[in-house]
Amino acid sequence: MTAVPDVDTGVDLREAERFLYREARLADAFALEEWEALWTDDAVYHVPVDPDADPRTHMSIIFDNRGRIATRIQQLQTGRRHSQRPPSRLCRSVTNVEILGQEGNDTIVGSVVQILESRDRGTTWWVGRVTHRLRRVGGVDGELRMAAKTVVLVDSDRSLPTMSFLI
Amino acid sequence: MTTDVTTDAGTDPEADRIRSLVRPDAVHGSLYTDPAVYARELERIWYTTWVYVGHTSEVPEADDYVRKTIGPQQVVMTRDKTGAIHVLHNRCSHRGNLVCDADRGNAGSFRCPYHGWTFANTGDLLGFPFNQGYGGSSARDRLPGLAAAPRVEVYRGFVFASLAAEGPTLREHLGPAAERLDRLCALSPAGEVELTAGWVRHEVTANWKMLVENETDGYHPQFVHSSIFSISGSGIGALYSDKSTAVTRALGGGHTENDLSPEFRRLGVPMGWAGTPETKIPDYVAAMRAAHGTGKADEIMIDGSPHVMIFPNLFVAEIQLFQIQPIAVDRTVQHVTAIQFKDAPDLNRRLVTQCVGSVGPAGMLLADDAEMYERNQRGVAARHPEWLDLSRGLQRERVDDDGFTIGTATDETSMRAMWAHYLELMA
Repeated sequence: MTAVPDVDTGVDLREAERFLYREARLADAFALEEWEALWTDDAVYHVPVDPDADPRTHMSIIFDNRGRIATRIQQLQTGRRHSQRPPSRLCRSVTNVEILGQEGNDTIVGSVVQILESRDRGTTWWVGRVTHRLRRVGGVDGELRMAAKTVVLVDSDRSLPTMSFLI
Repeated sequence: MTTDVTTDAGTDPEADRIRSLVRPDAVHGSLYTDPAVYARELERIWYTTWVYVGHTSEVPEADDYVRKTIGPQQVVMTRDKTGAIHVLHNRCSHRGNLVCDADRGNAGSFRCPYHGWTFANTGDLLGFPFNQGYGGSSARDRLPGLAAAPRVEVYRGFVFASLAAEGPTLREHLGPAAERLDRLCALSPAGEVELTAGWVRHEVTANWKMLVENETDGYHPQFVHSSIFSISGSGIGALYSDKSTAVTRALGGGHTENDLSPEFRRLGVPMGWAGTPETKIPDYVAAMRAAHGTGKADEIMIDGSPHVMIFPNLFVAEIQLFQIQPIAVDRTVQHVTAIQFKDAPDLNRRLVTQCVGSVGPAGMLLADDAEMYERNQRGVAARHPEWLDLSRGLQRERVDDDGFTIGTATDETSMRAMWAHYLELMA
């Protein structure tokens, strides 16, 4: 960690895309430590059932603070997370990347994700709209981190099969 | 149709066949895979016995409605203007169209989009356009309305329906399981549970009975959930071990429980069962003591919430409630929500957070349970050794002071009891 304060240097579309593609590649490959390192300390990882509902009072598919993201990673690392034994085979594409706005020092980036998941049980196609809150840490030339990631699945309020990979 | 009962009695070959598939200490694998067995289960269990449909807190106001299910069938649970609860088949009495397509809402009537027939939320037919085609509006008296579940009863806000016109009352069906719902409700300062947190729906490629059996199987947690127990410092694993004083209890009627209260009493800490120190939920603890008096309140908060499977589809697992819905012989949906206690906002928020971490497609517990159901379903497709073993703890089973059969925390007492009741309904 660095003592240099976060600085808003702006994030252009190309840089945002590079971040999203890398994040997608790390998640597909279960590069768990590298993926976890992409999060800020105050991160929120959210897959809602109803994107308009308050996740503190309503059910979500995933609603992790930074501590629970770490727990999720550690659970995968035990090798006894049965729903990921063997790991899902994954390939995801990230498209429709847009800079949606700026909130304080954070850049809000919208995208669409499509994931093909192959398991012994069969193949599942996961599709959703994703919002990343990206923040530059470590000064003007610092790296981007995710302060929040929200994935609104097309079928979030319908019956879903097990989804224990990193979406 | 013959009515000669003297020659037909005891000659249902399918009943004989099913009886041959359930032994006191084993069940046959085909009971999870045979479409004919599933079809009979729908008739004899899901469309006959009391099935949990929903909770009154999901339709709090007059004219509220919410779509629900009874097995694979679509129903609408409504509250009419007088406050009465109805369970209506979601099927237009004209041409069978789905009448209600919104998941929930508030409406005094439903209008079928196909030909405009209109029904009150009691099911009564209100109107049918161009009524001269039926000889005028008086045809309302002879044309059918929405089919209603013939029996709907409510216990402590829990709405159950039976699609059979006659049978045991809900109270008779629940038996001692009702007291478990009382125990749940007592954890609210107002004595009421509210299901207001919305639902996660998790579909598994497995027969519904795999889920029912697993809900009170105290043998699996140490293995299926070791990944999360080992890193979270959770005490749940120890509750289901050889050293645990918890018991598995058959409540009759196919209902079963893992009674963890002996362990919680040993711990002796209010809200220890929830892993939440009372300093984190001072408003809740104060409200409980104000409502019940300190002694009684602490007893309730020490004993904790039940872990009870009410046959065939309502599972209360301490802080979360599951509704089990079979949709095919090898497909089942678990609808799950965080239990919310009336007048306990500080506790409720913690329960949502805890529940979301545990259940659903990405849940740190339930994703692995689901994996086991699905692996089991693929496993039983292999034909040998044919039988699934249910013998664990049979030799040490005993009858407790209340007359219930009990086993240790990890014994298969609950499964044997479920199957015994299953046979009563099926054969």
